[in-house]
Amino acid sequence: MNAMDTIESADLHAAARARIAALPIDGLNPADPQWFVDDTAGYVFERLRREDPVHRSRSPVPGIDSYWSVTRYKDIMQVDTSHGIYSSEEGITLMDFPPGDEQKLPMFIAMDPPKHDAQRMAVSPIVAPANLNNWQGLIRERTVKVLDSLPRNETFNWVDLVSIELTTYMLATLFDFPLEDRRLLPYWSDMVTANKLTNPDAPEPEVRMAELRKMLQYFTRLWNERINAPPRTDLISMLAHGPATRNMGPAEFMGNLALLIVGGNDTTRNSMTGGLLALHDHPQEMVKLRSNPALIDSLVPEIIRWQTPLAYMRRTALADTQLAGKQIKRGDKLAMWYLSGNRDEAAIASPDRFIVDRERPRQHLSFGFGIHRCVGNRLAELQLKILWEELLRRFEVIEVVGEPKRVRSSFVRGFSHLPVRIPG
Amino acid sequence: MPKVTFIGFTGGAHTVDVPPGTTLMRAATDNRVPGIDGDCGGNCACATCHVYVEQAWFERLGARTATEQEMLNCVAERQDGSRLACQITLTDALDGLVVNMPEAQH
Repeated sequence: MNAMDTIESADLHAAARARIAALPIDGLNPADPQWFVDDTAGYVFERLRREDPVHRSRSPVPGIDSYWSVTRYKDIMQVDTSHGIYSSEEGITLMDFPPGDEQKLPMFIAMDPPKHDAQRMAVSPIVAPANLNNWQGLIRERTVKVLDSLPRNETFNWVDLVSIELTTYMLATLFDFPLEDRRLLPYWSDMVTANKLTNPDAPEPEVRMAELRKMLQYFTRLWNERINAPPRTDLISMLAHGPATRNMGPAEFMGNLALLIVGGNDTTRNSMTGGLLALHDHPQEMVKLRSNPALIDSLVPEIIRWQTPLAYMRRTALADTQLAGKQIKRGDKLAMWYLSGNRDEAAIASPDRFIVDRERPRQHLSFGFGIHRCVGNRLAELQLKILWEELLRRFEVIEVVGEPKRVRSSFVRGFSHLPVRIPG
Repeated sequence: MPKVTFIGFTGGAHTVDVPPGTTLMRAATDNRVPGIDGDCGGNCACATCHVYVEQAWFERLGARTATEQEMLNCVAERQDGSRLACQITLTDALDGLVVNMPEAQH
């Protein structure tokens, strides 16, 4: 990016901030995906945290309609840790479907205890410390291979050649999925999160469901292979043999696949891109990091805070209750805006600065808190750590040569394109 | 001031003195004892301050809350003596407490 682009982009942001400050706060809709395409959602949240931290928000999309936006760190913590009041059973995104609609996929992140706990415990050993030690060598080997094959002296899309490639390899490894077909995984991940109602470019719902049925078919073949073999340490074998998961019906299998694919793919992928962009936008932090690579340990959680690859999680009130002085009614839905909580100056010092040697960098909301906390958090951190170790070792300069293209979604906060050039 | 000892997964002990009223999690993180993460800052919400307590001490710590029970479902290698260190407040009565660390926090 040249200096002119940077100035233009700063002007656009100042204008957007002023425009957002002048909007009526009544019915403001932070879930409008346009804020995320333009990367101006932060100004909406800045205003809500200050003026109306638990805000009655309204979307023009009929399946979303009215919801509470919870924007402060401590209120998000309270909702996230009170699963007896704030349920996940109605889903984790704001979109509602009519009862029985097959588009609403059953998955353990969208369940309450005790079923949630049992299904989660069936898959969590794969990312437990002992297994992470086993994965380490393989992750490094694949990272090195991908980085060594990057083009030099020409512009390429970092999202495609680095972020998608690395997370897809990892996911294929966890599933013991045929490597030659691995690009099906991000394709299906995009299908899972596709929503025609909020993104006109998304596939029609029936096309989406047809593709997800193909996903189910493919994985059912793997399931059948694994159930007839002794238990192994891949996710499909664990699901097929686990007492809490081996009797899942097709819809529940599809839902849990969707969860694991999106959870292991869209998240770390966007932190891999967001981290490079953050260091590009804060060159003095890159200098700090290069002079002391041991800072990678705090860089990684700071990237995850900064990016917040899932901007929110939804909960639904099981009873009338109070939250920060607001009367929440039974059945109301709430968005815990992790992206906003991660910029809350009441909880995080200088939250709008990207700081590679931040104090207590791990106290961010990006993994959620409470019983639904991200099960793959340590694996995500390990992937990012290895990526940055190998990047620093290899490339003296990684140039970001243009503006990123951001995904049209208020749930997955991500990138489809980041033009990068590596001299040499 | 109560004294507490953390024993690492592969051995190695760290003994620290802390003011009464300090949580076991803070006793570790404030003194840079490795092996306790405490990602949620002591809200019983992340299960990254998991420790193992031997029976004699375990009985003196008081019962786990329902929330702690549920969060312990998130840890790897839960055992009978599993506790979350942020839920244990150190007092003079617990002077000499010894706890063991898991392989890693998860």
